[in-house]
Amino acid sequence: MTEKTMSASMTAAEKERAAKKAEKLRQKRVAADEKAERKRSAKAGFANVNNPRRSLTLTILSAIFAVYCLFPFAYLLINSTKTQADFSSTFGLGPGHSFAFFDNVAKVFTYNDGIFTRWLLNTLLYVVVGAGGATLLAIMGGYALAKFRFPGRKAVFAIIIGSISVPGIALAVPQFLLFAKLGLTNTPWAMLIPSLISPFGLYLMWIFSEQSVPTELLEAARVDGASEWHTFWKISLPLLSPGIVTTALFTIVATWNNYFLPMIMIKDSDWYPLTIGLNQWKSQAATAGGIPIQNLVITGSLITIIPLVIAFLCLQRYWQSGLAAGAVKE
Amino acid sequence: MSTPTTTATAQSAAQVNRHKADWRGWKFMWPFAAVFAFVFIIPIAYAIYISFFQQRLIGGNVFVGVDNYTRLFQDQQFWTAVGRVALFTVVQVPIMLFLAAALALAIDSMKLHGTKFFRIATFLPYAVPAVVSTLIWGFAYGAKYGLVGSFNSFFGTNFDAFAPSVLLASIGNIVTWEFTGYNMLIFYSSLSTIPHSLYEAASIDGASEWDIVKSIKLPELRGSLAITVIFSIIGSFQLFNEPSILQNMVPGNAITTNYTPNMYAYNLSFSGNQSNYAAAMAIVMAVITMVIAYAVQLRSMKDQMK
Repeated sequence: MTEKTMSASMTAAEKERAAKKAEKLRQKRVAADEKAERKRSAKAGFANVNNPRRSLTLTILSAIFAVYCLFPFAYLLINSTKTQADFSSTFGLGPGHSFAFFDNVAKVFTYNDGIFTRWLLNTLLYVVVGAGGATLLAIMGGYALAKFRFPGRKAVFAIIIGSISVPGIALAVPQFLLFAKLGLTNTPWAMLIPSLISPFGLYLMWIFSEQSVPTELLEAARVDGASEWHTFWKISLPLLSPGIVTTALFTIVATWNNYFLPMIMIKDSDWYPLTIGLNQWKSQAATAGGIPIQNLVITGSLITIIPLVIAFLCLQRYWQSGLAAGAVKE
Repeated sequence: MSTPTTTATAQSAAQVNRHKADWRGWKFMWPFAAVFAFVFIIPIAYAIYISFFQQRLIGGNVFVGVDNYTRLFQDQQFWTAVGRVALFTVVQVPIMLFLAAALALAIDSMKLHGTKFFRIATFLPYAVPAVVSTLIWGFAYGAKYGLVGSFNSFFGTNFDAFAPSVLLASIGNIVTWEFTGYNMLIFYSSLSTIPHSLYEAASIDGASEWDIVKSIKLPELRGSLAITVIFSIIGSFQLFNEPSILQNMVPGNAITTNYTPNMYAYNLSFSGNQSNYAAAMAIVMAVITMVIAYAVQLRSMKDQMK
């Protein structure tokens, strides 16, 4: 303050010098503050958010766990480069005698008249229609639970939460019998219809709608005469997008990785998803006279997981923020 | 769908500007509810119904009352399988959740070099189908040309991951590998909602990192612990994929067709043609699971219902 009053009688050069001095002093103060802060936080063992002190021990401990998590991926990558002979004769985490990766990939897609391609397309169909539909139903249902107080709402909630704890088999056997009666087994419908329900997705979307769609906004739209349907598509959906990506990812994983449902519902290998197909290839070695094709199983497995791994890596930002929002209520 | 009824209950009247029951929500709820009824409620009702019948060579489908249930309560094989998954639950779930919570705390502490890397690397196994993870671990466990085999020939040991006494632990390892990252992420998400100003305030008050973990972070984790515990219990009582995929990779007959209750019920209904008995079994398993899950913590989820 005093500098300011004095500045009237100063020349330009003096002014500049004073400003420089003040800046220097300020920096010194900041440095001293930071030093004190570091000292204090060191004493408390506390990592400041903006000024984190990293711990080598903790990093090493976590790294051990990360190695545990990642080594099967490495195993898969390494062994997808081996021939069948190398697979059974060389060290699991070491290279084979020849590099057969591209050969294996080509074989995966051509083996048995290219049945793998068929399985891949089936899986895509199940994921697009099944998981896509499941996401849409979960969005709408979650939105209804969060934003409307309709009759039967509590019953819907109780039934859904209760049904999560019903074992898959308790459903699978009667589901199978019911679908068989309707003539739906051995068709894609047997896989698609049950995939449309994701209680976890509904739960996520419910919490997400509650947090990110302000009721006042909906009221305003209603006052303007917009229909509920229009309000939902034009106002609520855009606000829900991070939650939608999260829900979609989880339903996609659930459908892509589903093993139990297709195993009981689908006996015709033309309608197999990848998971059942791979298991059949693996079992081939165990049957009498079956030629083991572990190299194809390994390479096929790698091809199966790549799309999901890529999806998770690319959409990290969305599903992490989506889950974080979901966790607020917990 | 939007038939407004005139029954104005005290409850709906209490809500702002709502004097009639508000049916608009059903506009959005009905697709889920309809499919849900078709794939969940009708099959469960059907299962309960057929569990009171028996398929007989003479007489066909006859009503037998609770015969299937009395038979089940005396079925030694079933209770052995239940005991096995109960043991699995008691050992595997705490280990997995402890690892997940520790990892979440480590990642949230900002003390790691490469926080982002650890977050994604430890979560990645979740994206792998049970079939593929069981295949990889099954190959790795192999004593002949798997990693366990290489380990044994290198160290001169004779460890066998498929020995009957170790088998359940080997399966536990696969499940732990698959789901620790997923649980970590649930924990981590709830930790990341704690406002940082709270930590700053605590640190100014002289709280150490451990004080913060104990007094702020662990209480916060308690809420998400409810969800992870329930999902893990349900998951391990339903154990099916891993043992059934391992079945023909394990030499001999170590994984029987009734290794877990789910495998038993599956084999009864799809190979043994005993759907009625299997339905009774499925219902009993569902009740056991629900009782345990409810007893553990389902109530805390219900509290969220306003």
